[in-house]
Amino acid sequence: MAELVAVIASTHHPFFYRASTSTGEDRPPFADEWVRKVEAFRETLTKARPDVLVMVGSDHFHQLWLDNMPQFLVGKAPFYDANWYNEEREFGLPRMLFEGQEDLSTYILREGIDAGFDLAFSNELRIDHSITCPIITLRPQNDLPIVPIYTNIFAPPLPRPSRFVQLGKTIRQLVESWPSDKRVAVIGTGHLSLELGGPRQFGPHGPDPEFDQKAVQWIASGDLDGCLSEVTLDSLHLPGNATHGFMDFMLMMGVAGEGKKADYVDTYDLFHTMEAYFTWYPNGGVA
Amino acid sequence: MSKYLLNKFLFTVDRDPELVERYREDPKGMVEAWESEYANRILNCHGAESSTWLRFEDAEREALAAHDYPRLFELGAHPFLTLTLFIAMFERDHEPLGFQLEYARRLGHFALPYPDIAT
Ligand SMILES: [Fe+2]
Repeated sequence: MAELVAVIASTHHPFFYRASTSTGEDRPPFADEWVRKVEAFRETLTKARPDVLVMVGSDHFHQLWLDNMPQFLVGKAPFYDANWYNEEREFGLPRMLFEGQEDLSTYILREGIDAGFDLAFSNELRIDHSITCPIITLRPQNDLPIVPIYTNIFAPPLPRPSRFVQLGKTIRQLVESWPSDKRVAVIGTGHLSLELGGPRQFGPHGPDPEFDQKAVQWIASGDLDGCLSEVTLDSLHLPGNATHGFMDFMLMMGVAGEGKKADYVDTYDLFHTMEAYFTWYPNGGVA
Repeated sequence: MSKYLLNKFLFTVDRDPELVERYREDPKGMVEAWESEYANRILNCHGAESSTWLRFEDAEREALAAHDYPRLFELGAHPFLTLTLFIAMFERDHEPLGFQLEYARRLGHFALPYPDIAT
């Protein structure tokens, strides 16, 4: 069976690429420390020596649209082009191409549907910064095949937080039962408190630093019960109007497992939103 | 209310560099042209299979024609779509982050709960 060698949860900050590659006067004062933190985070994946990456993210109205909106979708294609014109325009993100791990996509779809998730699929998916950002931060050489999984955190009605957690638990079971000798890492990105297109956007910190503290605590300690007892679709409006992306962190807590403390935790307080990086090694360390 | 159509406008314009520029230069003319040419197009479908029933309400058409993004927020347009498109049009006229902060200020009178964005 395949081995789950790392579980990684992260924010996906579209400005990292530009900040980290800018020089001279264009380089923001926070860039050097940000790069240092990202490189340390990257090492936690490198050490796990993965062969395949399952990438959990959320399409930001790029390919998935309101005339046909899936709640959970698995990419099943040999290749994925990536990043969109409006992401190049706004964030300076480069065009990218990924190889797909199609047999794992097939397995996750078949077994996931049988496990009670009516997963949508796509045979031609152009992926966006929710998946390319973590590749840029964690695996910039982009040399591993992926399985992209998209969640709807964007267009109500959304699945509830508990459903994200259940899907995370299911993804873990499926990876661990995949008949393969590959080493698999599951990487998912979401948001802490975040406001987009509202009065609290682009402040000196995330819109709700108190929520962020609590959220980091829940994730770092694997406190799914505490998190699920406080977080609802309604409550997520309070920390910022785009905070429903936190449910992707909850999904990753489901992958990591109830009560599982993260082996690596780091945060970086930036304008607009806080960065947060977590890594779990399911088998208690890196073999 | 046709929040869906508002979002469809923002979505289809934002992903097309030419439409972004047309909307910046001539909002009123462009919104009228969009409503007659694009509003009923089902994305992915042949033109002969367009819908027949989609049209803006007056308040929506006026808000779009006036580049009135606080009003779009009030009408329940998806804030991410509005923000992205307006950054594309107007960030260039400001210092770095200047437009984003002005945008926040102009929405400053909204308190929770924000207008419902469900479509
Ligand atoms: Fe995002």
